[in-house]
This record gives sequence, structure tokens and C-alpha cells, in this order.
Amino acid sequence: MKKRIAAAGAAIVVVLVIAAFAAMRMMAPPDDLDLARSKTSENGLYVVTLAPEAEPVQRSKLHVWIATVQRPDGSPVEDAAIAIDGGMPQHGHGLPTAPQAGGYLGDGRYRIEGLRFNMSGWWELKLTIGSAAGKDAVVFNVVL
Amino acid sequence: MSAVLKMSFKVLAVGISLFLAGCSGEQLSDEEKQLIGQFRLSELQPLPADPTNKYADQSGPAAFGATLFFEQRLSRDGNVACSTCHISDRQFQDDRPFGKGVGETKRRTMPLAGVAYSPWFFWDGRRDSLWAQALGPLEDQNEHAGTRTAYAQLIAREFKDRYENIFGPLPDLSAVPASAGPFGAEAERAAWMAMSDDQRAAVDLVFANMGKAIAAFERTLVHKPTRFDRFADALAAGRQPEKDAALSEDEILGLRLFVGKARCSTCHTGPRFTDDHFHNTGVPQADGKPLDLGRETAVAQVLADPFNCAGRFRDGDESACGELRFMVKEGPELKRAFKTPSLRGAASRPPYMHAGQFKSLVEVVEHYAAAPQSPDGHSELVRLKLSEREKTALVAFLKTLAQ
Ligand code: HEC
Ligand code: HEC
Repeated sequence: MKKRIAAAGAAIVVVLVIAAFAAMRMMAPPDDLDLARSKTSENGLYVVTLAPEAEPVQRSKLHVWIATVQRPDGSPVEDAAIAIDGGMPQHGHGLPTAPQAGGYLGDGRYRIEGLRFNMSGWWELKLTIGSAAGKDAVVFNVVL
Repeated sequence: MSAVLKMSFKVLAVGISLFLAGCSGEQLSDEEKQLIGQFRLSELQPLPADPTNKYADQSGPAAFGATLFFEQRLSRDGNVACSTCHISDRQFQDDRPFGKGVGETKRRTMPLAGVAYSPWFFWDGRRDSLWAQALGPLEDQNEHAGTRTAYAQLIAREFKDRYENIFGPLPDLSAVPASAGPFGAEAERAAWMAMSDDQRAAVDLVFANMGKAIAAFERTLVHKPTRFDRFADALAAGRQPEKDAALSEDEILGLRLFVGKARCSTCHTGPRFTDDHFHNTGVPQADGKPLDLGRETAVAQVLADPFNCAGRFRDGDESACGELRFMVKEGPELKRAFKTPSLRGAASRPPYMHAGQFKSLVEVVEHYAAAPQSPDGHSELVRLKLSEREKTALVAFLKTLAQ
């Protein structure tokens, strides 16, 4: 009986200590976050590359990103309609601006305008892409 | 006592001391030091240019703007200047829940240090430039309550040379009514409508230029370094903080909570302690005032403002209008969302929030701990488990931003 109480006590302490450390680290993004800038879309229709026009990306400033959209065979997608959404999963809020896909630059490249990150940390950017090949989506992680 | 029990007490003791070490101010981790460094005033970027106002960084217009800012004749009753509510030796605010001009405002007067960094102005961001903002109070019936032709006439009468040195010749105002404008009394609105398009455009230009001069002055209002900055600068330089830069254990605990488990720096971030964005934080509705929906109402107002970045009074080209163009126009997060205020100097200027709902920082921290539901829309806050000591520590830390 004593043993059980002791074991339970020890377990509670361990949990408490872990919780305390977890709380302190709460704002840090997960260690295993996939930060790849090139990804295959969820249903495999597109290979999308997303990169800022200028680095480093500064907090609180509007900036332009370039999305390059290809079919899995590497051919550029010329007629993509791109919608951008996103937010901070750890804080449960969306983007502070409403970015839009601007001009087509050729070679499957599109300007994404009006992105601004108002906080440091982990951001998700979701691109929903429609073209003659169909509709698909891809989510990128950005850490600032 | 059995060996196992002894053992478990040991684990408990180690656990508790580890837990306390994690919370008390003794040892800041490298990660924490790095985080804290980002809040130093010395990390503040130079003020970005405002290409929509070509006078923004010129000293002549700024000096003229200062004159206008303190000029009481710029009001219906001759008693109200910007400085009536934005009091220069009170951090450019008035220590009241509501501003008192010709009438009483619906919200609290905002302090002005560092204001020019923000992309949006007012608690709800219903203006998109500092110069367009300045025109609002001049015609607001509760503030200066005057009309734009009356202001243009005053400039022509009292400040002709100073105005013309900066902006060029004043238009001929001899046929323009003494008091007419789109927000005046009924007769003044009618008189405004009766004016020709050219007359209205000429008056609007003088009015916009007044805003640009005032904005040039406001761009010079800056924050001063505080005890927190001296502490964090020493930390960043690897020096031992000395004299008043040495924060107490409570103050350091508060700082740690601020950037850590209390999640304050989620919104109060960077050297100005604000993300310049709008959030619903479940602040109660102000007594005796109509329900205030914050950002939700402001979107249509800024789009309709003839002095916004898309309008014809902007200098430079449209490339400066990104914030307006990419503004979030709808969504549940706009309801009762207000602009995150800077926390610099906050400790010495109660009351708090957009309508002075809280009288003290203790009340503010209690609010964040309890995270009540919003009177309308959805609060972004999550409840915090804070001990009494931790609450005191947060308040102690906030005071280091005002000393
Ligand atoms: C009667 C009091 C009063 C007067 C007079 C007044 N203000 Fe204000 N000011 C306020 C209040 C109240 C707010 C917040 C109003 C809101 O959000 O609806 C404010 C907000 C502001 C802001 C926005 C700050 C920010 O961070 O967004 C600026 C800038 C400002 N005022 C400048 C001025 C200027 C310039 C004048 C003179 C032309 C002026 N004010 C006259 C009370 C006043
Ligand atoms: C979700 C974003 C968010 C978080 C998290 C947050 N704040 Fe705020 N804070 C705001 C906003 C927005 C306001 C203004 C709200 C209003 O007036 O309705 C504000 C107002 C304040 C004020 C009043 C300042 C003034 O001039 O009126 C203080 C003080 C303050 N916050 C401290 C804190 C502290 C301490 C924490 C952590 C316990 C914290 N905040 C967490 C967004 C946030």
C-alpha cells in the first residue's frame, strides 16, 4: 500500500515537472516541424514551391512571396488560381492580412502579395490551387 | 519510513526545487535571454518612411504641425486642441476613461509615443495613415466639433505665411462659407453640399495638408528607455545589470511569465510591446455606452474615408497602400477586436483598455487570469493558472516599463 502511494507520488511529481517544462517551452514550435519549401499537394496534383521574394522575412512588414506551381512531371502550371489562407496553430488565430495571388510571372511562378506576420513563431500558409488539372491544397510551415 | 517512501520524497524535493528554479528569477535560460533581447528599445527599427505624406520627415511641417496640435482655436468653442486630451506631460493622454472635448468621447484617449509605427489608427484602426487620422477629431462632434471650411478660413487668417511656405499658395476662400462640412450641423452640411466641386476640393486639400503637418509633428514622439531596457541591454551585452537596471526577483519572475506561460508577448511583442493588430480580449462593455464592435465596424469606415491611401490626397503612388489593399475585411475575429496598445509607460497612466474599463494593473492581470467570455464575439484569451505571487510579479514587471 505504502509502495503504491509512493509510486503514485513520484509519478505525480514527474508529471508536474514535465508540465512545468512544457509550459516554459510552450511558445516554441514543434521540433519536428516540416519546413520544406517544396511540397507535393495533398492529392498529388501539384508540386509547389513557396519562397519569400526577399530574405530575411521581417515581422510586421508586408512582403511578397513567389509560389511556383508545377505538375508532378515538372511541367509548369500556367493557369492556376491560387487562394492563400493561414494562421498560427499554437495561438488559434488567422493571418493579420488577406494576401492575394497577384501577377503571373511565367514558368509556373506566381506573386503572392500582402503577407504580413505580426508575431514571431510558427505560421502555417495554406495554398489552395485550382487549374485545368483540378483543385488541390498544400500547407507550408514558416518559422519566424 | 520505508525506503521507497523516502525515495519518493527525494524525488518530490528535487521536483519541487526544479519547478521553483524554473519559475523564480535566478537563472534565465539562453532562450529566454534571446527572447527578452527582442523587447529592448534599442532594437526598435528606424521609423519607416510614409510616402503618402511627402512632408512627413521635414522639420518645417513638423514645427507647423506642433503649432496646430496645441492650437485651441481649431475647435467650435475655441477651447479644444489636440493637446486638451493628448496632454504632453502625461504621455499625450488624459488619465480618464473618456476624453473630454466639446463633448465626451466614446473611447479612451490613446497615448502617442511611437504612434507613427502603426499601420492603423484609433482603437479600431478606422484610419490608415497618421495624417488621415488627425482629420477625424477636428470634425468629431465630441472632440473639436468644427468644420473644415472654418479651419481653412482660420489657416488663411492666422497662418497664411507659414502654410504657404510649406504647401504653396492657399486657394481663394472668399466665396467659401464660414462654416461648412460633411459632419457639421444640418445647416453646415447643407452649405457644404451647396459648394462647387472645385471649392470643396480646394478646402479638402488645405484640410489634408493640416493633417500632414500634424502627422509630421507626431512622428517625432518617441518612447524613452526604461529600467527594463537598461536591464535587458546589460543582459544582451553579457554585463551584470547594475543600480536601477538590476531587476528584483519579482520583476524578473514577471518578465519570465510575460514572455512565457502567461503568453502576454503573443500580442504585446517587439520593442513597442504591440503587434499593431486587433484582438478580442473579452474586455467588458463600457457602462452607459452603446455596444462597441471595434474592428468590425471600422473596416467599412476606412474604406469609405476620402482621405485614405486610395484617395486623391495621398502623395506618391499606390504601392504604399498595401495595408489597405490587403486588409482583412470580414470574419468573426473582427468583432470587438481592438488594437493592442503598447505597454511602455502603461503602469503610470491608468485607467486601462479602450474605455478605461480597469482602474489598475492588478485588475488587468486578474482579467487575463480569468479570461472571461467576450460580451460579443469570441475572446482569444485562454485562462491562466497564476498564483498570487505570479500576479504580483507580472504587475511588478509592467512597472519596470514605466520607470
Ligand atoms: C476630446 C479628446 C480628444 C481630442 C481633442 C483629440 N483626441 Fe486623439 N484620441 C482621443 C480618443 C478618445 C482616441 C481614441 C478614439 C477611438 O479609438 O475611437 C484618440 C486617438 C488618437 C490617435 C490614435 C492613436 C493610435 O495609436 O491609433 C491619434 C494619433 C490621435 N488621437 C491624435 C489626435 C490629434 C492629432 C488630435 C487633434 C487634431 C486629437 N487626437 C484630438 C481623444 C482626443
Ligand atoms: C490576444 C492578444 C493579447 C494577449 C495575449 C495579451 N494582451 Fe494585453 N492587450 C491586448 C489588447 C487587444 C488590449 C486592448 C484591449 C481593449 O482595449 O479592448 C490589451 C490591453 C492591455 C493592457 C492595457 C493597456 C492600456 O493602455 O490600456 C495591459 C496593461 C495589458 N494588455 C497587459 C497584458 C498582459 C500582462 C498580458 C499577459 C497576461 C497580456 N496583456 C496579454 C492584447 C493582448
